[in-house]
Amino acid sequence: MKPAAFVYHAPRTLEAALALLAEVAPQDGRILAGGQSLVPAMAFRLARPTHLVDINGVAGLDRLVLDGGVLSVGALVRHAAFHKADAKFGALGALLADVVHNIAHYPIRTRGTMCGSLAHADPASEWCLTAVTLGAEMVAHSAKGARRIAAADYFQGIMQTALEPDELLAEVRLPLLPEGAKHGFYEFNRRAGDFAIGMALVTYQVKGGKIAEARVGIGGIEGAPRRIAEAEAALNGQAPGKAAFEAAGQATAAVVDPIEDAQTPAAYRRDLAATVVTRALERAAI
Amino acid sequence: MTDHFAGAKTYPVPPTTEERTILGKRAVRLEDPPLVTGRGRYAGDINFPRQLHMRMVRSSLAHGVIKSIDVAEALKLPGVVAIWTNDDINELGPVDFRADRGAEILKPYRQPVLAKGRVRYVGDPIAAVFAEDPYVAEDAAELVEVEIDELPVVVDSWATPGEFEPGRSTEGALLKHSFGDIEAAFKKAHVIVELDLFTGRHSGVPMETRGALGYYDSAKDILELHGAAKVPHRNRETLVKMLGRAPKGLHVHESHVGGGFGIRGELYPEDVLVLVAAMRLGRPIKWIEDRREHLMCANQGREQRHKVRIAADKDGKLLGIDDEIFHDQGAYVRTHGANVANRTMCMMTGGYDIPAYRAVCHYRLTNKTPCATYRAPGRYESTFVRERLMDALADKMGIDRIELRRRNLIGKSQMPYLIEFEEQGVEELLYDSGDYELLLDKGLKAFRWDERKVEIAARRAKGEAVGLGIAIFVEESGRGPSDGAKMSVDATGDMELITGGASLGQGFETSMAQIAAEALGVDYQRITVVHGQTDRIAQGIGAHAARATVLTGGAVNETALKLRAKALEFGSELLQLPVGDLDIVNGVIVKKGAPAGGPSLSLADLAKKLTPGAKLLNGRDPHLAVEAWFNTDHTVFPYGIHFAQVRVDKQTGQTVCESFLIAYDIGRAVNPMLVEGQLVGGAVQGLGGALFEEFAYSETGEPLAVTMVDYLLPTLGEVPKIDVLITEDAPSPMNPLGIKGAGEGGINGVGGAIASAIDDAIGKPGAVVQLPVTPQRMKALLA
Ligand SMILES: Cc1cc2nc3c(=O)[nH]c(=O)nc-3n(C[C@H](O)[C@H](O)[C@H](O)COP(=O)(O)OP(=O)(O)OC[C@H]3O[C@@H](n4cnc5c(N)ncnc54)[C@H](O)[C@@H]3O)c2cc1C
Repeated sequence: MKPAAFVYHAPRTLEAALALLAEVAPQDGRILAGGQSLVPAMAFRLARPTHLVDINGVAGLDRLVLDGGVLSVGALVRHAAFHKADAKFGALGALLADVVHNIAHYPIRTRGTMCGSLAHADPASEWCLTAVTLGAEMVAHSAKGARRIAAADYFQGIMQTALEPDELLAEVRLPLLPEGAKHGFYEFNRRAGDFAIGMALVTYQVKGGKIAEARVGIGGIEGAPRRIAEAEAALNGQAPGKAAFEAAGQATAAVVDPIEDAQTPAAYRRDLAATVVTRALERAAI
Repeated sequence: MTDHFAGAKTYPVPPTTEERTILGKRAVRLEDPPLVTGRGRYAGDINFPRQLHMRMVRSSLAHGVIKSIDVAEALKLPGVVAIWTNDDINELGPVDFRADRGAEILKPYRQPVLAKGRVRYVGDPIAAVFAEDPYVAEDAAELVEVEIDELPVVVDSWATPGEFEPGRSTEGALLKHSFGDIEAAFKKAHVIVELDLFTGRHSGVPMETRGALGYYDSAKDILELHGAAKVPHRNRETLVKMLGRAPKGLHVHESHVGGGFGIRGELYPEDVLVLVAAMRLGRPIKWIEDRREHLMCANQGREQRHKVRIAADKDGKLLGIDDEIFHDQGAYVRTHGANVANRTMCMMTGGYDIPAYRAVCHYRLTNKTPCATYRAPGRYESTFVRERLMDALADKMGIDRIELRRRNLIGKSQMPYLIEFEEQGVEELLYDSGDYELLLDKGLKAFRWDERKVEIAARRAKGEAVGLGIAIFVEESGRGPSDGAKMSVDATGDMELITGGASLGQGFETSMAQIAAEALGVDYQRITVVHGQTDRIAQGIGAHAARATVLTGGAVNETALKLRAKALEFGSELLQLPVGDLDIVNGVIVKKGAPAGGPSLSLADLAKKLTPGAKLLNGRDPHLAVEAWFNTDHTVFPYGIHFAQVRVDKQTGQTVCESFLIAYDIGRAVNPMLVEGQLVGGAVQGLGGALFEEFAYSETGEPLAVTMVDYLLPTLGEVPKIDVLITEDAPSPMNPLGIKGAGEGGINGVGGAIASAIDDAIGKPGAVVQLPVTPQRMKALLA
């Protein structure tokens, strides 16, 4: 469990980082952010980057700011930045604080980054689920310029994203939640801190006693997180409560295409999809 | 006492803790200062100048014939010094059994130091790379090209046996333990219950992986193995034989050890290799196992299938247990021989009075990691089986689970209780003391069993699935035959106590110091306890099978008493008082009952006077130093009961253990704080095996749990507060201190108690037939 040899670079500016990346990306050169996914993979020699571009010293990437109705999270903002709900971010701050405690363990959260999670795109990543459910926007930079990618187009399968090898995810933009929006998150795993076997994040508003603008996202169930339109349809216009929540759960289970592993058959995850959606909705209602 | 003890030496009931000064007290641990300040020295912390690093090339296939091994490319890598395959060490025999574990028929199944012609599990060492640094060693290991012709694999021990090698079956042995007339028992039975049970493969997984450093002191012609643990003296014996060295030319040294649990400290191929390489290459060799290797190569355990039935009469009195066991030994027979299978069989009847018993065990080799002892070997398994039977029987007969157990417990008046097996050479069990029903009553009360039943009923009414479980077991500890110790006092009054014991982090130094301090009459903190050094004392039993406290403790007690006698003899002469009038208090010989300022002589001053040539000696040996031995022919049998409360989430299938109580009779506790630590730690590991941990394999024998992401050790988040009720109602008559072992009482019954509680929670008696109970399996049970 000693990594294969690599060349280490520590650029100080975004421009320098992008120039380096343009040069080394074709030889499987990679960005090193928090290192909490990449370094273990290198220790197992599952990842063997020939070059590492360590962005931890790059100025300006640790920005966490409100930009109009959007929370902009820079590439060096660690998971731990969200441990306490920031009142400035309103309901979104509370949502992020609920979610973040399910990511790994405390020491890992002080190193790992939100953008790193989005770049790594584990199917059971909480931040990937959050980005999809809330409709985040990714801002990718390369030596050729910058572009914005909507979450819906960004996640493309197990650990696959729309990012090009020479692109650096400099920022993720999360829209603030409307005033009074409710949110609920539920994750199932076998031990605290493990990657989810299944999880759901939901938000909705209540207008005239009925659910409106429901968003239902699931993670860990399929190859990539996604919103479930059928579940949202089952909620919108209904009174919040057991019947609607269970219907949304069932609607989810009916349409998912679950991944399988040695321990967990697809049928288990399908069943679990209903449970996590229903429980996330119950939490939102509290 | 009946004549079961005839011929054995027995001891009177020892004093209680209240009557003691330091023995039995919650003394703070002597070993902690370096450990909690980062000054510990584990195998990884040891370095020798000019050392080389060893890296193993391991099989990626579970079974096959080695066609070729090409090391040419790897050898070209700068920094690589040598690469060995079996051809290079052809003269070395396989890793041997320990002296007391050899079953002739199992010898052909021992593991070669490097694979010889065949590989038999994923992880089987094929070649060893020696290089200037561990990175280069790993790079080179990747470049070694191994060509293997795949062979069919045997993954399940109950499947048709395959071929270990041409003409040799993978059924290594058919073992048997029995007593009474089993056929007759089942013929006259009123009720018979049959179960097909399975305990999953799991293991110790200590925090510190294995590590070995070989150092050859050419000036003295001494070969040293560092990083050893558990049984340094026994391993030295085996190594001396394997390497053909004189005993004086090979020493084994234990440093700090980050947990052992039965698996770390056994002798493995890598230990042999670092020694041979240190001599041949003329440089020290360091090998540190990485976690992935650890999860593929260090001893695993527990995997057994039991096709078992139990017979009872119309009152629920047990008539017999009849078990057919399939024991998965993995790819090779390691240092324990058939020990785990035998312990499973001999401890199966536990604390119940059963007239007839038969266990037949298919001891089978498979193409998986080899197995050996893991904390409470054979007992975690057999308690699960026995207690599953009791629950199933209770359900079938409509008798309360507790009541059925109560009716069958061995009574206090039946002690000592003898279990003799019919098979030749199978050791008898002589339960030395116990009041099982008393512990049951105390445990039920402490756990609030009846109150909990009421609380649970209320929660069930609200839709929750909550249940209670119980498992009763007998443990074994302190097997003989003997152990010795040396103790001396220096001119400052500091003491050194040299033992052949070993410390795996269990508080060995503290407990030995307490025993010695009590016997001698000194401050335990002034005693330095030496362990695990074969060059300091010629023999030692190490730390395994809960032996250290009982056997080495016995030796330490004898030694300290002998030292006391020597001190008092001289003290009597110097103080001009009869020995009977003297006492030793806090390291000072005083006149009993005399006020402060009376006649006194400190042990430090006495030590100063006993220098060689001193007139006072008058022909007697100099120094305040002695050596003594403790002998016993008998094992002692602590016993315990585990109580569990679980909640099952019927939608996800997750089982949560809400509370757990260990009731355990230890005879006499040397240090209750350490006993609690042992019990609680064991229970956490037991929960792992019951709910989380599993070394699963694919159909092709590929290990599926080779990282900590897949091998789920329980964390604090999954473990409830574990309560401990230590009782001292049945001190052992087999040793002067009355003590019994504590190492395995926390883990023994966990699988059984959790299974029992899960059945109760989901309202399906007998539902749990397989450990661990994963959420996925639970969903299948509920479907
Ligand atoms: C024991 C353990 C448990 C964990 N549990 C969870 C969990 O429950 N949920 C969860 O979501 N995660 C979990 N993680 C992963 C953790 O959250 C990581 O921090 C995260 O996945 C990656 O972030 P990082 O900053 O550490 O990225 P790194 O490890 O540095 O990089 C990961 C990958 O992303 C690339 N990358 C990183 N940053 C960028 C960027 N800005 N632009 C482009 N590419 C980039 C790297 O090149 C690399 O390929 C766990 C990790 C551990 C060790």
